Amino acid sequence: MSMQLEQSPTTEGEVITNYTINFGPQHPAAHGVLRMVMELDGEVIERIDPHVGLLHRGTEKLIEQKTYLQALPYFDRLDYCSPLAMEHSYVLAIEKLLNLEVPLRARYLRVLFAELTRICNHMLNMGAHILDVGAFTPNLWIMDLREDCLNFFERASGARMHSAWFRPGGVHQDVPEKLLVDIGDWLDNRFFQLFEDAMSLVMDNRIFKQRNVDIAVVSREDAIAWGFSGPMIRAAGIPWDLRKSQPYDVYDRMEFDIPVGTNSDCYDRFMVRVKEVYESAKIIRQCLRDMPQGPIASTDGKVSPPKRGEMKQSMESLIHHFKLYTEGFHVPAGEVYVATESPKGEFGVYLVSDGTNKPYRCKIRPTAFSHLQAMDFMSKGHMLPDATAILGAIDVVFGECDR
Amino acid sequence: MAVLHSAPRFASNEGVIDAVSETISVWLIEAIEAHGEVIFRVERDAVDKVLRILRDDHAYQQLMEIAGADYPSRPERFEVVYMLQSLTKNHRVMVKCSAGEDTPVPTATTLWPNAGWLEREVFDMYGVTFAGNPDLRRILTDYGFEGHPFRKDFPMTGYTELRYSEEEKRVVYEPVVLAQEMRTFDFLSPWEGADYVLPGDEKSRGAPPVAEPKTTEKPADTGAGKKADEAAAKPVAPAAPAQKDSGKGAPGAPDPTSKEGGR
Repeated sequence: MSMQLEQSPTTEGEVITNYTINFGPQHPAAHGVLRMVMELDGEVIERIDPHVGLLHRGTEKLIEQKTYLQALPYFDRLDYCSPLAMEHSYVLAIEKLLNLEVPLRARYLRVLFAELTRICNHMLNMGAHILDVGAFTPNLWIMDLREDCLNFFERASGARMHSAWFRPGGVHQDVPEKLLVDIGDWLDNRFFQLFEDAMSLVMDNRIFKQRNVDIAVVSREDAIAWGFSGPMIRAAGIPWDLRKSQPYDVYDRMEFDIPVGTNSDCYDRFMVRVKEVYESAKIIRQCLRDMPQGPIASTDGKVSPPKRGEMKQSMESLIHHFKLYTEGFHVPAGEVYVATESPKGEFGVYLVSDGTNKPYRCKIRPTAFSHLQAMDFMSKGHMLPDATAILGAIDVVFGECDR
Repeated sequence: MAVLHSAPRFASNEGVIDAVSETISVWLIEAIEAHGEVIFRVERDAVDKVLRILRDDHAYQQLMEIAGADYPSRPERFEVVYMLQSLTKNHRVMVKCSAGEDTPVPTATTLWPNAGWLEREVFDMYGVTFAGNPDLRRILTDYGFEGHPFRKDFPMTGYTELRYSEEEKRVVYEPVVLAQEMRTFDFLSPWEGADYVLPGDEKSRGAPPVAEPKTTEKPADTGAGKKADEAAAKPVAPAAPAQKDSGKGAPGAPDPTSKEGGR
């Protein structure tokens, strides 16, 4: 398509044709290494061809070479903004194949930290989204809250980001009592003051609304057909949340609401995330209130390692420890697809076991794949700067998208 | 078997196999329920028809994922697995078919728009082709990549590596050179059915049986006696004289590092 200007600023009869630009792969608003080949008509987007895979590391192939436990840390490195949520799907898939019972305290701890991860992820995404459309301050404020979350992860697992803390059968270590107290204290006295301050700057901000409202409206039918999940499908008005509809761990004991959008635009996606933070805080409070004492990992010595103290006393524990950290445990042959509600949407693991100590095939279902694929039809007819708002509202992370 | 795990619990699988099998019985090879998952193995050429029936008649509205898998020992080595989800029935099923390198699978892009990238990924990783997919380019691997990396016979290290060449001022591709051999550890217990020969155990299998066993019946056979005693009593050769330090370095050796030298 080409258009003829009524009064050409240059010479008479000048025709401006469509042109193609590269957005990324090195662009701060591309949220990582995304290359989008854009066909523009003036400043209006005609077509977008996203090129992904620039961060492809062959995680799924690497996992086939490792034992089940050795493969776990690879999941932290998928969506590096919400590492514990990635581990969650994987450990649940293993437990489903093993049909392994997890102690109650471990399930509470997992839900507690999965929700903390959700807050942590949304702090980053919302900050980046706001930054993409031109506001600087809120990002600085809520990044501080993200830092608090990372400190909590460090106190639980020893690592700020790549925790490797969820294990098949439970979690790696129990948390100190003081940490749970501090998380509650943080929610009561610090988190909401800062968060609400930051959000008050943008939620009713005229510029922020102009950049987001009515941008990339997706109908319910399209959201379903394109395989949307997470905040993307909820913004389209469909109250679909795997934590509610297909509860895992102790989500069935939690009381929380599912925020949905009405307009299905970028603003709604943002607001769904804002509301989700409140719901996550609710879940965390319930976890802190109801969490029982008890073991934090399965008592099945064939799957979860013994305590250090036991190993000094019991020969059997010593053998278990040796076997688990060399050979690893065997998983019965079969295949499962386990999907959990990660902060970005449905994160699934399709695990095929052949009965040995290594996965035969581990297919990871990234959330971003379906969403990014819809980038073309969502951006059609919008202006070039809207592409950054759309991308920010999708919440892509390329560690996960490219695997 | 009682459900002990805490993985996501969707609606019951009860009756699902019967209800679906009835409508796709022509193409159905096998319906399996194991580990709480319902799997329909169907004929390859009818995958699109089966998926359409599942979407339209059984309310599996969403295609969440298409996974490839490689089983080199099978006549048709690849498997394509479709994960469907029903939002209204809150249920998940898997549909799978087998495929070879030169037997295309009918595309699902006519049913779900997001099948496009998912099929591209299976094609990229395994080389399974999809008939009717309008845009079957590679998706995750590098521009100009050759081969299909997730096949079981594709080496873990790949064939080429790239680096930035200062001379040519561009990225160059070279064959992989490993400084150290790729390490793969096999921790499977050998006494639980390993089908390979253990190191040091090579002679135990396939060695010819000994015709005449060696025995020592008489003392003379042992080699001991007067002769051996005499040989043992002989003094051994004197030790070599200790080398004296000449104070000079060996020829060609670098000068010792001076203290004030340094860097």
